[in-house]
Amino acid sequence: MSLLAARGLTVRRGGATVLAGVDFAIAAGEIVSIVGPNGSGKSTLLLALLGILRPAAGRVLRPPGLAIGYVPQRLAIDPGLPLTVTRFLALPRRHPAAAVAAALARAGIAGLAGEAMAGLSGGQVQRAALARALLGAPRLLILDEPAQGLDQPGQAAFYRLVADLRRDLDCAVLMVSHDLHVVMAASDRVVCLNGHVCCEGTPSVVAAAPAYRALFGTGTGGALALYRHVHDHRHDAVGAASGDA
Amino acid sequence: MPEPFLLRAALAGIALALAAGPLGCFVVWRRMAFFGDATAHAAILGVALALALDLPVEAGTLAVALAMALTVAGLAGRGWAMDAALGVLAHSALAFGLVAVALLRGVRVDLAAFLFGDILAVTWSDLALIAAGAAAILGLVLSRWSALLTATVAEDLARAAGLSPGRERLVLTVALALVVAIALKIVGALLVAAMLIVPAAAARPLARSPEAMAVAAALIGAGAVLAGLAASLALDTPAGPSIVAAAAITFGLAATLGRDRRRG
Repeated sequence: MSLLAARGLTVRRGGATVLAGVDFAIAAGEIVSIVGPNGSGKSTLLLALLGILRPAAGRVLRPPGLAIGYVPQRLAIDPGLPLTVTRFLALPRRHPAAAVAAALARAGIAGLAGEAMAGLSGGQVQRAALARALLGAPRLLILDEPAQGLDQPGQAAFYRLVADLRRDLDCAVLMVSHDLHVVMAASDRVVCLNGHVCCEGTPSVVAAAPAYRALFGTGTGGALALYRHVHDHRHDAVGAASGDA
Repeated sequence: MPEPFLLRAALAGIALALAAGPLGCFVVWRRMAFFGDATAHAAILGVALALALDLPVEAGTLAVALAMALTVAGLAGRGWAMDAALGVLAHSALAFGLVAVALLRGVRVDLAAFLFGDILAVTWSDLALIAAGAAAILGLVLSRWSALLTATVAEDLARAAGLSPGRERLVLTVALALVVAIALKIVGALLVAAMLIVPAAAARPLARSPEAMAVAAALIGAGAVLAGLAASLALDTPAGPSIVAAAAITFGLAATLGRDRRRG
């Protein structure tokens, strides 16, 4: 039984067909990473699954009342806006102080409650957005390129945090990875998207392989993994994913 | 007891400041400064229209400011190169407005009053209109405060929370047009945007929360109205520019204070 699914999903944005006939499903407690080149419709798929974008064809099967926590891509807060982390978590509605403290602690930023959002590092902003997403007791966390702009240890730490959250809260995680080949090791499934689903698979665990360990440096603790694309077709558009990457 | 004309001027200015403060914060947070300019400059075209059609000036101003604000918001939604497009719109609205007023034969218009305001000439009925407009703006912004703030922080977050950022943009657009309509009499088309931006910018270094910044902007604006009126009387300077100058001095002081506090 899937938690959230899409059937034959076609989405157009600004006259262009971004997604065509996408079938997708995520099960309760599952971690799914979506990879794909720029413009391949990764964010569009998330927005359609969230119900923000209306599909031109096909449908999204979302059970009513499914609590979803959403972490958007790159949150840029104008320094002219005085907003503490606690106040940010109260948007658009306030939550009990104990719940806020618990969410901050889970996201690993308990000490930043009173800090200004505009003064945080990229990784801290991501954790604040994650804490906000946790407030609604989500059954599904949707994260759009959460590790973008983080250095490798930062990425690894963030991925470990997400894996811990899945374990502790038993929520499913759907995440867009900014890297075509490097994904979160704890992913149960990787979906490669390029307007349609190009391939699906499981990430190869690389922590054990010395060559990969050298590639990823030390201190990532096995949080990162490689995804080997197995495509049975090529895209003719310039810059699109090549078939046998 | 101050002279009645002075009392009316002070009350009108304070009403404007209380409405412009919170709204101006959104103008600063969303980097809509030029947007405010374009809307305000369109007011002169509204004045010409109202005089030509024999309508109340406030109605013409509100209609044209609203049309301009919606046009600009529409362009922004389509992702134009906003900076240049807004510059073209702001300045051409002003130029066409001035040309249109000049073309109105047989109507004697004190153009300076519309460009720089004439707060000392505010009548009781003007004051009632200004107060009603200010209350409407304040009500609109405060009733949608949380949604406006969420959409300002991140549109995707707002959408995921079931809010409509487009609707919130429309709320701000309508509120801006209303501010222009009520501020024309007070500070004039050229300085409307200043009443939005300067108090909000002055409030920024003093505030730790969005709500505190909105309250501080309203109070700073009201203080600038009183200080500007006093200066205008003492120095025999035009009231509208004196009010904006007082707000600008407050901005300078607050910025210095904020810098010292960060260093301290």
